[in-house]
Amino acid sequence: MHRSIEELQEKAVEIRKKILEISAIAGGGHLGGSLSMVEILVALYYHAMRYNPKEPRWPQRDRFVLSKGHGILGLCPILADLGFYPEELWQDYGRLDSAFGMHPNMDKIPGIDMSTGSLGHGLSVGVGMALAGRLDQADWRVFVLLGDGELDEGSNWEAAMSASHFQLGNLVAIIDRNGLQVDGSTEEVMALEPLAEKWRAFGWRVIELDGHDLHQLVEALDSLPPANSTQPTCIIAKTVKGKGVSFMEGKGEWHYGGLDEEHTKQALEELERSHPGRR
Amino acid sequence: MPQGFFFNVLDVDKFATRDVYGKVLAELAESNRDIVVLTADMRLSNKTNDFAKVHPDRYFDFGIAEQNMIAAAAGMATCGKIPFVSTYAAFASLRCAEQIHTDIAYPNLNVRILSTHAGLSLGDGGPTHHAIEDIAIMRSMANMTVVVPADAKSCAKAIEESVSYQGPIYFRLGMGAEPLVYKGDFDYNIGKANIVREGSDLTVIACGICVMAAEKAARKLEKEDISVKVIDMHTIKPLDTETIIQAAKETGKIITAEVHNIIGGLGGAVAETLAEHGLGIKFKRLGIPDVYSAIGPPDDLYARYGIDSDGIYNASKKML
Repeated sequence: MHRSIEELQEKAVEIRKKILEISAIAGGGHLGGSLSMVEILVALYYHAMRYNPKEPRWPQRDRFVLSKGHGILGLCPILADLGFYPEELWQDYGRLDSAFGMHPNMDKIPGIDMSTGSLGHGLSVGVGMALAGRLDQADWRVFVLLGDGELDEGSNWEAAMSASHFQLGNLVAIIDRNGLQVDGSTEEVMALEPLAEKWRAFGWRVIELDGHDLHQLVEALDSLPPANSTQPTCIIAKTVKGKGVSFMEGKGEWHYGGLDEEHTKQALEELERSHPGRR
Repeated sequence: MPQGFFFNVLDVDKFATRDVYGKVLAELAESNRDIVVLTADMRLSNKTNDFAKVHPDRYFDFGIAEQNMIAAAAGMATCGKIPFVSTYAAFASLRCAEQIHTDIAYPNLNVRILSTHAGLSLGDGGPTHHAIEDIAIMRSMANMTVVVPADAKSCAKAIEESVSYQGPIYFRLGMGAEPLVYKGDFDYNIGKANIVREGSDLTVIACGICVMAAEKAARKLEKEDISVKVIDMHTIKPLDTETIIQAAKETGKIITAEVHNIIGGLGGAVAETLAEHGLGIKFKRLGIPDVYSAIGPPDDLYARYGIDSDGIYNASKKML
């Protein structure tokens, strides 16, 4: 089903509202990093990716690995909206035996292709998936969403080196470049720049874009080379941590936390006003 | 076979363990398209090159980047592949512990880790290249099966069985030149211990190369009219507790032998079983006594730590 950019923007607002709703049930969550990646996920799941909610492990689906597993709050409402599971599944979020916790579990949540949580694993897992797709001469792609702080982990660079070595044109790494990690800005804690040059030097095709601009995201995903091509793609998506909620935007302290009633009300009002039709 | 070799498990006596798994995998991969082999700049030393020669399209050398390789194997397994990943045991179990835990064991994926050069088999390589903690690490990971073959034949059988086995497996392999314990054909099933020799005075439960050492010690003791039962406890997890309990009741004395720290390995697993079943028998763990090993030829190290046939003989005499 083709959706217009405006429809995708509407989705992004709805997903942000759901993130706040679920975090209230969970008693908190990784809000900042979940809000920063919403448009990226919307572009992937409502525009670019191929999947079947009735058959979550459909072999011909595109794979998605949330390497920044702590962003599960952002993915959780999307998979429900698409019909992978009913919203009831998260009503006990974080409680004993819940399918949902701080990080995704592939055996408990339909639509999750890999259990993640510890940082620096997802891109390597994606390399393996892409190699498997290549062996099967499949046309599906592997999308891996990484946090920028996560790139401090050396294993990512092992994976980056191997992806170009193995010529995995079916692999797409997307970096949620919100610029903040727990201890401060990425450049203060462990400088990543020049980041695009690093990926290019590792043999990747690099696209830099505004990670909240659905026009740019859709265009980048539409222009991906075919799955049987030979160069992996890295999309560096410049984002704002806590995007959509004024008092969270660009504030590292909202990496993890919960909102009281007053803040929740304010945040929801802001999001309501941000609907594209009402701007 | 394209390269003109034929492998049969009954015909394996001419191979050392390290020569076996590459050939077995090459053979198995003929009929199973999902088998893939990954290594980390070890194709020559771990002999997976035998697979690479026959199935180059299903062979992946990740360079000296074990963490990436292990996690990539997990990714391949989510897509239905059966990856056999080979590197030195020290790197697999220590450097990649988190990737094995989080990417393979937690999602219960069908990855087979072929850890070579385990124990003290890289003698003068020293503690950086010894792996004497790996059994303890691997058996404490839920979902993980831990197999320590005693020789080339049993290694071949275990690898063959592993193709249809559900869940991850850690194969602990030695340097690869171990003497054969098994002659002719024999039953070998993951999770079921093999009685190598029946005996009534004492039981030695061993794994890996210590099985042959125990067998040699038992032969020597037999000449002194001492009857020793020898058990090849090739699967440390899931542990064949029934065979342990039976041996404890039959012989009343148990010695364990392994090339591993005495903490957390086979000896630890057997001790847990005996204690939980209220079997307060005479018991001794042979292994590396919670130290980083000296440097030296493996045989000298086994003698130093009393896990060669003389060490097992002496420990048996002392217990009797």
